[in-house]
Amino acid sequence: MGKVITIKKGYTIKMDGVAPKTITHLALSDVVALKPHDFPSVVPRLSVEVGQEVVAGQWLFHDKNNPKIRLPSPVSGEVIEIVRGDKRRILEVRIIPDKITKYAYFPEINLPNADRDAVIEYLLESGCWSYIRQRPYSLIANPDDIPKAIFVSCFDTSPLAPDLGFIIEQERAHFQTGLEVLDKLANGHLHISLHTEVGERLSESDFRGIANHKFHHFSGPHPAGNVGIQIHHIDPIQKGEVVWYVHPQDVIIIGRLFTEYRYRAERIVALAGSCVKQPQYFKVITGQKIKSITGNKLDSTNFRLIQGTILTGKKTAEDDFLSFYENQLTAIPEGDQPEFLGWLLPGFHKLSLSRTFFSWLTPNRSYNLNTNNNGEERAFVMTGQYDKVLPMNIYPVHLLKAILAKDLERMEELGIYEVSEEDFALCEFVCTSKIDVQRIIADGLAYVRQEG
Amino acid sequence: MKIAQKLLNSVRPHFKEGGRFEKLHPAFDALETFLFVPGHTTSQGVHVRDAIDLKRTMFTVIVALVPTLFFGMWNVGYQHHLAYGMEASLVDSFLFGFWKVLPIIIVSYAVGLGVEFIFAIVRNHQVSEGYLVTGLLIPLTMPVTIPLWMVALGAIFCTVLGKEIFGGTGMNFMNPALLARAFMFFAFPAYMSGDIWTDLSPEAGHVLVDAYSGATNLVTFDANFTKLPSAADMFWGFEQGSIGETSAFACLIGALILIGTGIGSWQIIVSCVVGVLVMGLFLNALAPADMPTHAMHTPAYYHLLMGGFAFGAVYMATDPVSAAQTETGKWIYGLLIGMFTVILRVFNPAYPEGVMLSILLMNVFAPLIDHLVVEQHIKNRKKRA
Repeated sequence: MGKVITIKKGYTIKMDGVAPKTITHLALSDVVALKPHDFPSVVPRLSVEVGQEVVAGQWLFHDKNNPKIRLPSPVSGEVIEIVRGDKRRILEVRIIPDKITKYAYFPEINLPNADRDAVIEYLLESGCWSYIRQRPYSLIANPDDIPKAIFVSCFDTSPLAPDLGFIIEQERAHFQTGLEVLDKLANGHLHISLHTEVGERLSESDFRGIANHKFHHFSGPHPAGNVGIQIHHIDPIQKGEVVWYVHPQDVIIIGRLFTEYRYRAERIVALAGSCVKQPQYFKVITGQKIKSITGNKLDSTNFRLIQGTILTGKKTAEDDFLSFYENQLTAIPEGDQPEFLGWLLPGFHKLSLSRTFFSWLTPNRSYNLNTNNNGEERAFVMTGQYDKVLPMNIYPVHLLKAILAKDLERMEELGIYEVSEEDFALCEFVCTSKIDVQRIIADGLAYVRQEG
Repeated sequence: MKIAQKLLNSVRPHFKEGGRFEKLHPAFDALETFLFVPGHTTSQGVHVRDAIDLKRTMFTVIVALVPTLFFGMWNVGYQHHLAYGMEASLVDSFLFGFWKVLPIIIVSYAVGLGVEFIFAIVRNHQVSEGYLVTGLLIPLTMPVTIPLWMVALGAIFCTVLGKEIFGGTGMNFMNPALLARAFMFFAFPAYMSGDIWTDLSPEAGHVLVDAYSGATNLVTFDANFTKLPSAADMFWGFEQGSIGETSAFACLIGALILIGTGIGSWQIIVSCVVGVLVMGLFLNALAPADMPTHAMHTPAYYHLLMGGFAFGAVYMATDPVSAAQTETGKWIYGLLIGMFTVILRVFNPAYPEGVMLSILLMNVFAPLIDHLVVEQHIKNRKKRA
């Protein structure tokens, strides 16, 4: 094992309702949907129409601005409905899946002999290209770019996150093949990050046969698992540079493509949180109806269901569909009850990174957190709070202020290209003034993308 | 608790848009959120939030101020009884001080919060919690003999010119409480300096003892530092001065609470102390050998104990809004406060309370310090490329 990169700043939130490692295979839901909203850069143009029969791997829509980017159907069946919102924006493409999935088979490809362009072409043709994303901006990568590196983070430090080591374990061979594919794209700069404690241990010897890759061992709290933090510590992004990254589950899907020559969209999703009766892992299909996963496994009536983590996820409902890149569903209680003199009580059960509540006496306990805002929004007052949970050489408050002032040059100087909303999630969590840090960062990134 | 909730629910419609007291909504809102942490849930971004909010933060500072407040109350009585040569029990002294100090606190809060509420209503924004601390800082930095109308004036000056004209808590660039004190110090020197530090309300059958002198340490030390009380007395706080400032020990407890909870910046407190010691030792080295009582000979650590330094460094310099905001900036800011405090004390007998002025001066410079630190940070980032 080489040098360990120790992340000192940050905090791992311990919560009730961790999923034990049991995987349940779920049948397909009665309807499956692909949601263009999952791909922020994509302006969807439909490739199918209502009533059409599709097979798994057939494109449902492509990007108007870059027609090479196509989004494939996860199942075979009949397109039953195109759900549209304001200004006829496409929200969902709904499909009634067949009982037994029929796949589109792509021509066989000999991976070791294929060159970079052929691999890219193959990924684009199958629609699996959409699993390769880029920083800055966290969008689907542009196939015409040459990235300076590709990153795969093999651990997740977010609250209640699925154990990626355990998931990779399920399909080790496909994961390996997927990495070989990425290796072709990375021009010798494929970075794989492992953690010294979090999750089931993967070791370097698990990855034999991949030619040009580097291993990086991390230790320390969340957000060490965020790929943005890893990029920052290994090979930071400067203006004009692009880095690609792929989630391990998506590496597995790419691996399946190059082994089975078909697009098989199964993924493992953790259902966790204190409102779940029996937290566990499920093997499902991208786009599966949420209700089919949560079923009657939720405990209370007043809960919030989140696609993703409590820090970065999106609020969802049971009639929604599993998002394209999602690996986790979280259910926690809504905190919509006022608390009498709550700011005055000792607070033994209240999680705070400050030691103003007596919960600091029990640092290792796990919390049943709810969605209460715990106060009202105020102007910036406290200083140095964000710095304690952002393990980057970046001045968070100054960057936020540059964004609020729409000062493009200042944003660039202060490192806007290196950041993503998720890296600032903990800053938002700890904020005394309850400022919407992630929204400000998202606004800043959108502004830079538009003007820069 | 249920009753309070019911009552609030029943009157809430009147304060909503279209209600009879719509304009008073910020006042109602302040009262409601004071009683109940609202049931607001997160709407975007993170789904859970740290339990801390600005109310808890300010409350923690108040807890940290309690030792200085209680000690100050006792000391007011102790100094009074000392001046008349009376024997008094701990409780008697405390009660004497309690009844003297309480009206000052009440006036400070009533007037200051009144101004805050008026501003909130007129400008239709929420009442911020900043004044919870400011309202206690003002009395603690006043002599006990201060007339109540001056406390009221100070509270108004502090809220209006110290804070609200900039947009309220978080927007001001100088510490409001300290600004109020500086204003009163320069505008009404008769009430803020001289023979005012001990409450000399007459005691039947007693006259002032001969040894009584109204001069505070900071004045004594300019004339002849060897006449200062012992370091132990100054540390514990058995001396004359503003209500809350005399005991370095009480400030130390407060500092531990602030640092322990993570509310106050330990960097600022420590660097203030270092600044004082560095400048004190430096002046010791330069002190004229033929004048053994010259203020430059004062042992450096005396500066930590006398006057309002401990109080200023712990409760005023650490105000996150007006202090430097970057980590490096905090060190520079604190060091300069410490050094200027000693310089002002030693070389400028007209303004004995150097710490007040040096904190205000550094409040003004804090944005510049931060600017330089951020520029350096940007240069380092570019070098990394």
